[in-house]
Amino acid sequence: MNELVFFLNNVVISGLVIGSIYALGAVGITLIFSILRFAHFAHADMMTLGAFFAFFLTAMFPAVGPAIGLPTAFVMLPIAMALTAVTAIYLDKGFYKPLRKHNVKPIVIVMASLGVTLMLQGLIRMFMGTSARSMYIDDRKDIYRIDLPFELASRPLVITDPQILLFVVLIVSVISLHLFLTRTRLGKAMRAMSDNPDLARVSGINTDTVVKVTWVIAGCLAAAAGTMLSLDVTLKPDLSFHLLLPIFAAAIVGGVGHPYGALAGGFVIGFAETLSVFNWAVLLRPFRDYLWFDLPSSLAIVPTEFKITVPFFILLAILVWRPTGLFKGKVL
Amino acid sequence: MALLEATNVHGGYGGMNILNGVNMTIDQSDIGVIVGPNGAGKSTMLKAIFGLLHVNEGSILLRGEEITNAEPTVLVGKKMAFVPQEKNIFPSLSVQENLEMGAFSRKDDFAHMLDQVYSFFPPLADKRNQPAGELSGGQRQMVAMGRALMIEPSLLLLDEPTAGLSPLYMAEIFERIITINKAGVGILMVEQHAKQALQIASKGFVLAAGQNRFTDTGENLLNDPEVAKAFLGG
Repeated sequence: MNELVFFLNNVVISGLVIGSIYALGAVGITLIFSILRFAHFAHADMMTLGAFFAFFLTAMFPAVGPAIGLPTAFVMLPIAMALTAVTAIYLDKGFYKPLRKHNVKPIVIVMASLGVTLMLQGLIRMFMGTSARSMYIDDRKDIYRIDLPFELASRPLVITDPQILLFVVLIVSVISLHLFLTRTRLGKAMRAMSDNPDLARVSGINTDTVVKVTWVIAGCLAAAAGTMLSLDVTLKPDLSFHLLLPIFAAAIVGGVGHPYGALAGGFVIGFAETLSVFNWAVLLRPFRDYLWFDLPSSLAIVPTEFKITVPFFILLAILVWRPTGLFKGKVL
Repeated sequence: MALLEATNVHGGYGGMNILNGVNMTIDQSDIGVIVGPNGAGKSTMLKAIFGLLHVNEGSILLRGEEITNAEPTVLVGKKMAFVPQEKNIFPSLSVQENLEMGAFSRKDDFAHMLDQVYSFFPPLADKRNQPAGELSGGQRQMVAMGRALMIEPSLLLLDEPTAGLSPLYMAEIFERIITINKAGVGILMVEQHAKQALQIASKGFVLAAGQNRFTDTGENLLNDPEVAKAFLGG
């Protein structure tokens, strides 16, 4: 029974957590691609940037959280999201829009976004240093240990406060995004522009506004993902390095240009990671007497240090066998 | 004053001119039809009027107001609508959402226009919640025209509205165009089916090599042996 609890903690909860982070990032990438038709490589750094805004605000007003009973960084999240959204709009204005005006090939804008990535990384390191920081300054992380009502289960399920808040953030984001895309005038215009950009222009849809809204949504989701991940672990300036490949893999697995696909893709990648680094020996231990081989102490599909290869292989596999992704998106 | 007055329009893509001095005048009561051989610049002319293509020389006036090289968003605000030939719907949006997108520039309540488009194109009313991409070719054309009508245009530009449609649908679309025109919408359209289109045209423009070859009423063009021989296949 304890083995099952171990599995739930290390695969199911961890997978849900990292899957939610990937999903929030991938939805942004997919929206940017469907409106602006380029792969936005600076997206993971927008996540880091959002987390740093939240950290900065937490350091400035550390007493806010304890007063309310929530982590300070979480209370500051809406402001961090707004700041990231504004940054995203200005990054677009400064670096991508001039290129779009010149009608360059998408690959040129992709390269520009790589440049923006390096620039953001440099700026973040310049202001915040290179060390890992805790998002908890005047408060501390609550960890819940939930005892299971089974006799054999002596170990508890472990879930932390920021993980629960992350699920809340994800659910709220997905529902509001869905309502925005299906119920509002601008949301429908976003889908229209993703469907047929030329006709959107001909119909009199203000494409500049749609582009801005896209950056606002992508920036907000990125800041939320970055902040919630940093709350759960720590805030590192190289956060984006570990996120870029998985979120792109998630967007492509889901089908590029498909927000719900990106959501699914995020969890596919998240669970693939946790399943492949999970020590299966633990689950098999109760059955060791029936096995025809000696059970090693560690039996993982991929060693933890090589976790980053998992999304890479999934990405390759999907591009070879189903390039349109699970939800039939556009081919990159 | 003429609704649309294009004078000596030169334009094309990337410095190369396709239009070499086209003249066109359309009144509110007109159905103007542009015909001519492939590559004559028929669709190019519509795009030039709608600001989708750079006009290098000449002028385009809408009710006397200069609109040469104006952005489509601006022209939609001036009650001008354009239905492209291909990819003229939003396939993953529902029929109703397609129509709503046509009214994007409207800040007022446009519910009455939705009702009007549905009564004008009854097949669309039953399918309002279906993705437009799932409709038949003729119904897609209705969605495309319905979307353009949502701004209650005074000038409607149609690029080959009957392309790829069966003769039955073609007749129906032409009939609708006449009705729209009678409601006070000036029409300028490009048509591959020259003979049928000229029958409903109050003005016909035969283009060749980016210039006007013949300009007359539709009936006169149909009866002109020279036009018939060169452009209408005998």
